[in-house]
Amino acid sequence: MHDVALSWRQYRLERRMFWRNPSAAFFNFLFPLILLALFGAVFAGDQEALDVIVPGIAGMAVMATTFTALAWNMTFLREQGVLKRMRGTPLPPAVYLSGIALSALTNAVLQLALVIAAGRAFFGTGWPQDWAALAVFTAAGVVCFAALGVALSHAIPNFDSAGAYINAVFLPVILISGVFYDVAEAPGFIKDIAEALPLKHVIDGLSGALITGRGVADNWEALAVIGLWATAGIVLAVRGFSWESRRR
Amino acid sequence: MSVAIEVRGLAKRYGDVEAVRGIDFVVARGEVFGLLGPNGAGKTTTVEILEGHRERTAGEVSVLGHDPQRRERALRERVGIVLQSCGMYRHVTVREAVAHWAGFYPHPRDVDEVLDLAGLSEQAGVRTGRLSGGQLRRLDFALALVGDPELIFLDEPTTGFDPAARRQAWDTVRSLRDLGKTVLLTTHYLDEAQALADRVAIVQDGRILAQGAPGDLGAGSTRYRVAWRDAEGEAHERVTDDPTGLLHELTTDALARGERLEELSVTRPTLEDVYLELTAGGDARA
Ligand SMILES: Nc1ncnc2c1ncn2[C@@H]1O[C@H](COP(=O)(O)OP(=O)(O)OP(=O)(O)O)[C@@H](O)[C@H]1O
Ligand SMILES: [Mg+2]
Repeated sequence: MHDVALSWRQYRLERRMFWRNPSAAFFNFLFPLILLALFGAVFAGDQEALDVIVPGIAGMAVMATTFTALAWNMTFLREQGVLKRMRGTPLPPAVYLSGIALSALTNAVLQLALVIAAGRAFFGTGWPQDWAALAVFTAAGVVCFAALGVALSHAIPNFDSAGAYINAVFLPVILISGVFYDVAEAPGFIKDIAEALPLKHVIDGLSGALITGRGVADNWEALAVIGLWATAGIVLAVRGFSWESRRR
Repeated sequence: MSVAIEVRGLAKRYGDVEAVRGIDFVVARGEVFGLLGPNGAGKTTTVEILEGHRERTAGEVSVLGHDPQRRERALRERVGIVLQSCGMYRHVTVREAVAHWAGFYPHPRDVDEVLDLAGLSEQAGVRTGRLSGGQLRRLDFALALVGDPELIFLDEPTTGFDPAARRQAWDTVRSLRDLGKTVLLTTHYLDEAQALADRVAIVQDGRILAQGAPGDLGAGSTRYRVAWRDAEGEAHERVTDDPTGLLHELTTDALARGERLEELSVTRPTLEDVYLELTAGGDARA
């Protein structure tokens, strides 16, 4: 079978498996909406704050569906021995991983759509202003965070510690990167750290696309930072790749 | 004789552990070859080097004319692998899994036929997460066979099987041989090696202690078992490297006393005797 067809088949299998674990799928999609509802309630009537929260949660959703999901899944598959089994088949690794990555992209897009729809329905943020910017920053965020998620999985020694490792990265990053407030109002050193991390720039890009109408051309610096992290992530993801659990 | 697998001077070390220390063997096409040995002997290490899962430290290896370390797709299309232990996606059904795997190969076998062969027809619609240990092992078999490979690696394929499932797995291996496939299997079960393998190699501490057809391996052994019952009805058993001499001695004495040696028997060394003799020797050396 052609590799494109194989990638598509793998993608379809990944989707089927995702939906066959409905409680996990449900909470995956619900979590950002709960946060949105909470913060939306706190800042009800304060449109300026809501205009920060909606793209912030959108950025977090991109990270959760790619970075968190892949760090988790790749660790699980490796420790279970599924990766090793796949490696013994003729399926090329790149084709296999593309199926997994496309599935993560699908979740990111679904999640973004939910957040945007909820923003429009309840939090006065309207439809996206700049669709091209939305597409570009979503794609850049997915590539960057997917690669970083796979890279993180290499650092996780076993499945039991996966949650601790992932949260130790995910929670500080979303707190610092302006998911819940405008980074511009944070103290200087927090701002500096946020500037160096990719999530803040994904949120800036999404904020431009969803709220202010700033397009890709006006936000190219953000795109450049995401690109640098994506490059580092891809190098680390490929280099450290391990097909089997280190020690049983 | 056309060669399926050729291994020369194979060695593998993990840090300080020398798992394989210079192994040589050749497996002909269409042959069932067994690696037999105690825990930690280096069987899995050897097999996984041949599968392309591990890199060797030294030696030459050829699998269907390829170097498995180069991990060529063309080789993987011709090989089926049952790993010693290996997980599976939990949320797909047995049939979906086998059908998905079939898509990886250029000329797969019919999915239903493979399910039948593996004894999984009744579980076809069950999610793999709900299978029993033995049923999961059958799924490993099915996934390894669905690509219609020329060469099949089976690392302890029947561990965890109930006796009926074991027999069925044996039949599957025999049917593979009848189809002209080459099989390399590892096992702890001597009866399994005896029943399935055309030739076996007994491995310990990363070395091959003996190899040959299971029936011939006994020939070089010193362990002939001579058993009889004396006039008082007491059972005796002696192990000897010279059954002729022992029999002469026993029968001469018995005749002189005018007694009979009831239930006299001489047993050729079984594979088990050879195995225990060889591997016990290894322990003494270590
Ligand atoms: N990945 C590894 N890292 C370090 N040492 C290893 C590794 N894999 C195997 N070993 C060691 O190499 C030796 C041979 O192991 P191997 O798994 O090849 O044995 P085996 O014959 O398959 O045993 P068993 O019958 O228990 O499956 C053992 O001492 C084992 O501890
Ligand atoms: Mg083993």
